[in-house]
Amino acid sequence: MDAILQTENLCIEYRTRGLKPGTKPALKGLNLSVHAGEVFGFLGPNGAGKTTAINVLLGFIPPTRGTAYLFGIDVRQPIARQRIGYLPEMTYYYKFLTAEELLRFYARIFGLPHVEADKRIDHLLKLVELETARKRLIKTYSKGMQQRVGIAQALINNPDLLILDEPTSGLDPLGRMKVREIIQRLKNEGKTVFFSSHELGEVETVCDRVAIINQGELKTLGRVDDLVAQHHANLEQAFLNIIGYQPQPIS
Amino acid sequence: MNTIWALTGVVIKELYRRKDFYVLFVLTAVITFAAGSVRFFHDPNIVRYVKDLCMLLIWISALLITIVMAARQIPAERENRTIFPLLAKPVARGQVILGKFFGCWLASGTALAVFYLFFAIITGSREHYWPVLDYFQAFLLQWIMLGIVTAMTLLGSIIFAAPSSTVTILFVVVAGILFLGRHLNTIALHNSEPMRSVIYTIYFIIPHLELFDVRERVVNDWGLVNWLDCGLAALYAAAYTGLFLLLTWLAFRRKSLT
Repeated sequence: MDAILQTENLCIEYRTRGLKPGTKPALKGLNLSVHAGEVFGFLGPNGAGKTTAINVLLGFIPPTRGTAYLFGIDVRQPIARQRIGYLPEMTYYYKFLTAEELLRFYARIFGLPHVEADKRIDHLLKLVELETARKRLIKTYSKGMQQRVGIAQALINNPDLLILDEPTSGLDPLGRMKVREIIQRLKNEGKTVFFSSHELGEVETVCDRVAIINQGELKTLGRVDDLVAQHHANLEQAFLNIIGYQPQPIS
Repeated sequence: MNTIWALTGVVIKELYRRKDFYVLFVLTAVITFAAGSVRFFHDPNIVRYVKDLCMLLIWISALLITIVMAARQIPAERENRTIFPLLAKPVARGQVILGKFFGCWLASGTALAVFYLFFAIITGSREHYWPVLDYFQAFLLQWIMLGIVTAMTLLGSIIFAAPSSTVTILFVVVAGILFLGRHLNTIALHNSEPMRSVIYTIYFIIPHLELFDVRERVVNDWGLVNWLDCGLAALYAAAYTGLFLLLTWLAFRRKSLT
């Protein structure tokens, strides 16, 4: 099976400042491959290197060593991002635009013809339930509404691969449920979804495979069912075992 | 080009949805209107001084609008983190710079056109004389000059830490070039080596923005500048604008966004 997303020996080192300048590894030789049509969970505790890896995949930071590919194209080339959609953890959009204007702007970047862009915008605003607020400035939206605009912009080009960075972070249970529904719907449509999350229950529900990283190192990679069976526990317990968490006795 | 025009559209939308732009615009328009409609001691020649004052105001306002707008473009994208969803699309950093450049340049050109229209109406209603072509040429040369200023400011916004420092430094540099640029070679002659060479080098390196200033000709009705000279000035401006945009891209290309 062809890998849609692939990293080979990916290393990232940050320069540290201070009395003793040096380098600090953020990713240590990460090898991943995500195949077409699968929902892939990218897990790890805070500071494990998940967002760093996503930043490399999106071309925000160049790798120190190793390579990363999207659809077989080096991520350093902008064209590698033609068939992906990205939802950041927080909502970072032009707040002086309306949802419709924002989507039209991104549609133009992808070179969608006007008629097709109109249809796509209508469909997406309906999907994320923002039809009635389409002409309102984004700055007047609630956090949940802004996150839904984010989902709509990530889907504007009908992407084959969706990269989601903690998509349910900060959302209420209803918002989380909606995001989960959208991921499930994309999976049913045969799209590939790569997402990082701390919500392990959610990951267990929707993911086919997961990778767990800790301190920049890949600890395990495999099917969710296999991990659960191997550790004789739910995914949360398996995750804690894998990252080597030792519970402290409560005195 | 789709990407560049899409970015240009967003810059223009931002400009007309921000309140600070209107404040400056209305302030300049009111001063232009007030100054243009005043008649001191019923002296018919006074209109020249008024025109001079109006032109100066238009120059200051246009520079302020351009520098303030261009200085915040890329830092605001980074600060508000809107650069991340943008660069997660098939958008190269060079396209971001070009989109921001064209957006700022077109927006400043629109503001400038309105100022000149205002100026033409006010002075025309006083003098009953409409040198439309002279005004158009003055507008065109100033707008071309604003292209260099926009590109310089974008470069400054990548190099300097905060938009406020970029605005201050750029305003001082541009004002310095406009007031001193043409005199630097004379100043060099009055200095000994190595200062003379240093000043000469600066004289030949800086973009001579004062070449685009035809305020005196407009105020005193000295007629049009040869259009061929205007064409050469446009080429000169294009070369400097291109150079500054290239330097901006080189600085931004490797800039960490995280």
